[in-house]
Amino acid sequence: MAFEMQQLQQRLDDAARRAGRDLAFMEVCGTHTVSAFRCGLHDMLPGNVKLLSGPGCPVCVTAQGDIDLMIDAASLPGATICTYGDMLKVPGTRGSLEQARSRGAKVRVIYSTLDAVKWAAADPSGQYVLAAVGFETTTPATAVAITEAQKLRLRNFSVLASHKVLLPALEALLGGKAESRKQKAERAHEAGQSRIENPKSRIRVDGFLCPGHASIILGSDAFREIVSDYGMPCVVAGFEATQMLAGITRLTEMCAEGKPQLDNVYPQVVKPEGNTVAQETIRKVFEPAPANWRALGIIPGSGLRIREAYSEFDAVRRFGLVAKDAPEPAGCRCGEVITGRCTPADCCLFGKRCTPMTAVGPCMVSSEGSCAAWFKYGRHKGTEARRYEGRMAV
Amino acid sequence: MTLPPQILLGHGGGGQLMDQLLDEVVRPQIGNEILAEGLDSGIVDLRSEVSDSRLALTIDGYVVSPWKFPGGDIGRLAISGTVNDLAVCGARPLGIALSLILAEGFETTCLKEVMASVAATAREAGVKVITGDTKVVGRGQCDGIYITTAGVGLVNSEPIGNRKSEIGNGDVLLLNGHIADHGLAVMLAREMPQISSPIRSDVAPLNGLIERVLASGAKVRFMRDATRAGLAGLAADLARRCGKRVVLEERAIPVRKETRHAAEMLGLDVLEVANEGKVVIVVAKEDAQRALDAMKSHPLGAAGAVIGQIADGMNVCELITTAGGRRVVQKPYGEQLPRIC
Repeated sequence: MAFEMQQLQQRLDDAARRAGRDLAFMEVCGTHTVSAFRCGLHDMLPGNVKLLSGPGCPVCVTAQGDIDLMIDAASLPGATICTYGDMLKVPGTRGSLEQARSRGAKVRVIYSTLDAVKWAAADPSGQYVLAAVGFETTTPATAVAITEAQKLRLRNFSVLASHKVLLPALEALLGGKAESRKQKAERAHEAGQSRIENPKSRIRVDGFLCPGHASIILGSDAFREIVSDYGMPCVVAGFEATQMLAGITRLTEMCAEGKPQLDNVYPQVVKPEGNTVAQETIRKVFEPAPANWRALGIIPGSGLRIREAYSEFDAVRRFGLVAKDAPEPAGCRCGEVITGRCTPADCCLFGKRCTPMTAVGPCMVSSEGSCAAWFKYGRHKGTEARRYEGRMAV
Repeated sequence: MTLPPQILLGHGGGGQLMDQLLDEVVRPQIGNEILAEGLDSGIVDLRSEVSDSRLALTIDGYVVSPWKFPGGDIGRLAISGTVNDLAVCGARPLGIALSLILAEGFETTCLKEVMASVAATAREAGVKVITGDTKVVGRGQCDGIYITTAGVGLVNSEPIGNRKSEIGNGDVLLLNGHIADHGLAVMLAREMPQISSPIRSDVAPLNGLIERVLASGAKVRFMRDATRAGLAGLAADLARRCGKRVVLEERAIPVRKETRHAAEMLGLDVLEVANEGKVVIVVAKEDAQRALDAMKSHPLGAAGAVIGQIADGMNVCELITTAGGRRVVQKPYGEQLPRIC
């Protein structure tokens, strides 16, 4: 591996020199964010190449209102909230699920969505609500849980779904396709919201390091339009240091040559067409719908709604839950962090009022959050890192 | 952060949350100069009574679920954990006090199995359970069986761990084998019982191995078993104790392939996963080979390795990654939670 790394680094240095300008690549996936820090990748990049976090941490992109909804559901009488571990510590307007649990709410961590189905089947007197978040990677598992619950005719299992699909968010980050005022009003109406936010402006990135896990389902071909419509280089990469470095090297080479392309440096796992069985499973249970993203606002077609045929398993309908517009915490810049507009160290709460123990925003608590990774693994190259290095040694 | 009104599960995780709880609620009440040393055993100076000896005292609660897991059970854990806390301070275990808290309805045969395991592990460690206590609580008030063990030991030299000022640049860190097996074996047994995995807990009494390293004549500057907060918690603590930079070499840290894969699947960092049979020993560079040879001559140290060193710097632990990068290693937060995808 050392030899492979050396070769890649040489190629990368060479391409970065040829590019002759500052390059910023967005790692779209939260697992990439954490992997890059864990293996110390930032330190190994040439001075003019940097990585920015993108909207790929499922917890971080979940809107404040949706987090509040999960905490509301935890206080329904007799209800057990079944959640992925990552969601436990995320602060909502009225505290986190972890705090709700210590006050007596029933919150259980799932390792598989079928855990929740199993618990519901074993305890007919209780209500089990699966808090389902995530992208194409976790949606098939939620769909399977719903079809399984239907097969078992469970009346006490439901899903609070805030699943999202990745591509519309990437397009929104790039400014999106032009939209008239009328279309915008229709979109707001469809989403049942009076106010609708639009991403402020097109962000400045030079390429996407596309997520390995989500691409297993989506297929690498899914990113073709990002390349053709927006001229943005896209490389699908795995999570080991060599795989990520290979991805960054390819992106830099494309920039140096001025030829945006789609490449897949994770071909042993990611196929061009993806996993069609999983795609079909998602389609069977879910249909596209607008979704509310932290920082990005409502993006049409970027969410998934449970289809009418499975509506009895929709927790929102079963319990008449209402998602309220909730403001993001004051001063918190998580939204800008996950859209590559600033780095965690640019936020004045970072490392002071906001630490993993006292998180203000979701990026600081999610295990895939950019702020958490910055804080935990520290020593980011560049001067901004030095500002908080002293505080690291808690 | 102000302490929340209710205890969170994370308060028992061995991380920063637990530190806060201890600092704010426990230590202010019962603190004394022995507890303040922060060693794995309390050292009682008996030199006026017993010439040239000191007493080591330690206590630990065991609430592992499930009580039986691949590679061990709560009985083996309760003896090993307490013996190890004594041994890493350089104490020879004299005896153990054992307190059982059982839930109404816990199977008698299971209790027999646990006690057999206690006895076998005590024999292995050459220590006796010299006193005990048993309580039973209502069904549902406790998860089957909890054990608390206290241990006393004699320290015949300067207690190890007291010598933080002796830790110097160039000293090396030795580790006696593969990390993260215990935490993952228990987590998989608890959360995914349907999966059969080859990962077995490393729970074992380490006093034999430690005696061998001490007998080799190597000058041991620091010694601690890497339990709940994993190697990361230990190394970060070590950096803070000695006020220097602890540099770990990821490539040198032994991790089994299957353990690494399981950790990756769950989104856990192997450095942060619990061990119950792993000790980190800091020795002077010139003693490294001698100490390593002694370690490797013991069955529990066969996969031992030099995993890092002490360097100039301040209160920070750094990891040189297999890929050649560098990053900071911090003490984990609290509970180990699986990630979403």
